[in-house]
Amino acid sequence: MVSTASRIKLSVKDLSIRYGSTVALEGASFDVRDNEIFGIIGPANSGKTSFIRAINRMDEMTPGMEVRGDIEFNGKSVTDWRNLYALRSRIGVVFPLPVGLPMSIYENVAFAAKLRGVKGKADLDEVVERCLTRAALWDEVKDRLDSLGSLLSGGQQQRLTIARALSQEPELLLLDEFSIAVDPVTTMRIEEVLKELKQEMTIVLVTNLTQQAQRLADRTAFFLEGKVVEVGDTRALFKGQTKDPRTTHYIEGRFG
Amino acid sequence: MKNQTVDPRRAAAAPRSGGEGAAAGASSNEAARFTATSLDQRNARTERGFHTLFLAMSIVLILPVLAILSLLITKGAPAFSWEFFTEPPRAQFTEGGIFPALVGTLWLVIVALLASVPLGVAAAIYLSEYAKDNALTRLINLAIINLAGVPSIVHALFGLGAFVLFFDFGTSILAASLTLAIMTLPVVIVSTRETLQAVPQSFRMACWSLGATRWQTIRKVVLPNSISGILTGVILEVSRTVGETAPVMFTGAVLFTPFLPQGVLDETMAMSLHLYMIATVIPDVPPEVPYGVALSLILMVLILNSASIGFRVYLRGKKKW
Repeated sequence: MVSTASRIKLSVKDLSIRYGSTVALEGASFDVRDNEIFGIIGPANSGKTSFIRAINRMDEMTPGMEVRGDIEFNGKSVTDWRNLYALRSRIGVVFPLPVGLPMSIYENVAFAAKLRGVKGKADLDEVVERCLTRAALWDEVKDRLDSLGSLLSGGQQQRLTIARALSQEPELLLLDEFSIAVDPVTTMRIEEVLKELKQEMTIVLVTNLTQQAQRLADRTAFFLEGKVVEVGDTRALFKGQTKDPRTTHYIEGRFG
Repeated sequence: MKNQTVDPRRAAAAPRSGGEGAAAGASSNEAARFTATSLDQRNARTERGFHTLFLAMSIVLILPVLAILSLLITKGAPAFSWEFFTEPPRAQFTEGGIFPALVGTLWLVIVALLASVPLGVAAAIYLSEYAKDNALTRLINLAIINLAGVPSIVHALFGLGAFVLFFDFGTSILAASLTLAIMTLPVVIVSTRETLQAVPQSFRMACWSLGATRWQTIRKVVLPNSISGILTGVILEVSRTVGETAPVMFTGAVLFTPFLPQGVLDETMAMSLHLYMIATVIPDVPPEVPYGVALSLILMVLILNSASIGFRVYLRGKKKW
């Protein structure tokens, strides 16, 4: 029993999300396993981003967002985490549009480390270099770590955001359409990094590029109009072994 | 009728999309591609009209300022002398200067700022960063709006009752400054809140998702990027505080004292009250003196403002997005 429980990172149970009278997600139930890349595909407005927000309880900071049902993180309901900040510091998030915080590149990446109490200059330097290297940004910025993170180009800021999320040393990494603002070459480099990161953490990858899910995800969920249509092994889904014809239609690009 | 007018651009496009043809019409069609339609011309006219209108309004706005300043300078500057700024009034206000009033007003402004800025900024941070949209928040917002609408004479009477009598501060700088602070609090709160709201929400989201608390987010991201806006509110407050007469005349300012205040429990002279008195009540004051006092009052506001505007520009140069 213990081993089964430990293999499940996120357990979503009858999750519903509303904004006022608008339903963003309804009756979602599935598990995300340890050390897998879990892809979520689906057209716009299918509840993907709302799901990401519910995981780290951003709903409490979003006016009008209402979450019912439950998400268990490490076998414990996220709402039972008495210390919200302890929960969030274990979960890295990358948003669709890059957010370089208005501080230096160095401070952007050292911020999370400082929050968890890392103090020594050498330790912080190490975190900054390691995370920027992994996010495929180190070579471009190593000579100007003191310049502002918010002045980087869009693609660079997105890699900065990824580096910042990695600096949390998260157990769970949530990527919400990270490649929107990144050029294809960089996207490929980051995808290689994600495959390595899988050894250390669980990754939830929301993407509207079905090909990206096919390349990276071990299992994939298809969201449509606020419902989870199906969850399955990525290879099987892309071979057409789907339970619901709509999944095949979407994957083959016949709608959405 | 309008629908029947032929859009020259469309007329020009038709033969081209038709591929071959209209060789004879080619030159006129070429011309049509570069000619403004009547709609284009109308839009351009309207644009020029509104531009002129708004420019005219802005100029009308600065006219009174220029008129007031030139009147004060021509009539008040003759009163200026070294003695005017360094001596107390003498001989029933007909001679001497305004030094105690100058110093008194500085005291009043500084003590009022010390009280209202921390309180106002803290309240604005609560309202912008912490408050949920509930009954309490709506009550606080209502209180702020109402506080901003209370006439200054009512503030004066409140200050008299609360600070001078109830808290027994007596007629003092403390009582007058606290009255001024309460009166200007809405300005500080509203302008600070607007500034905080102008910091992009995405910065907060990014910070929170790193596991930062609200306070860590405020300290590291929100406040450093809104200092210049907060100062704008303080500038507005200073201008208003310097000029107010009613709130100080019952609570801390006196018509005449040759002594400079030694502490916040002393009473003091104030520029605004001094001006009011010599302009309306005291007989035989030379006519240039009230203008001189008024000019000094305005210069004082300008100097205080330009200091903080300079500081604000310096900070905005460092703004980070």
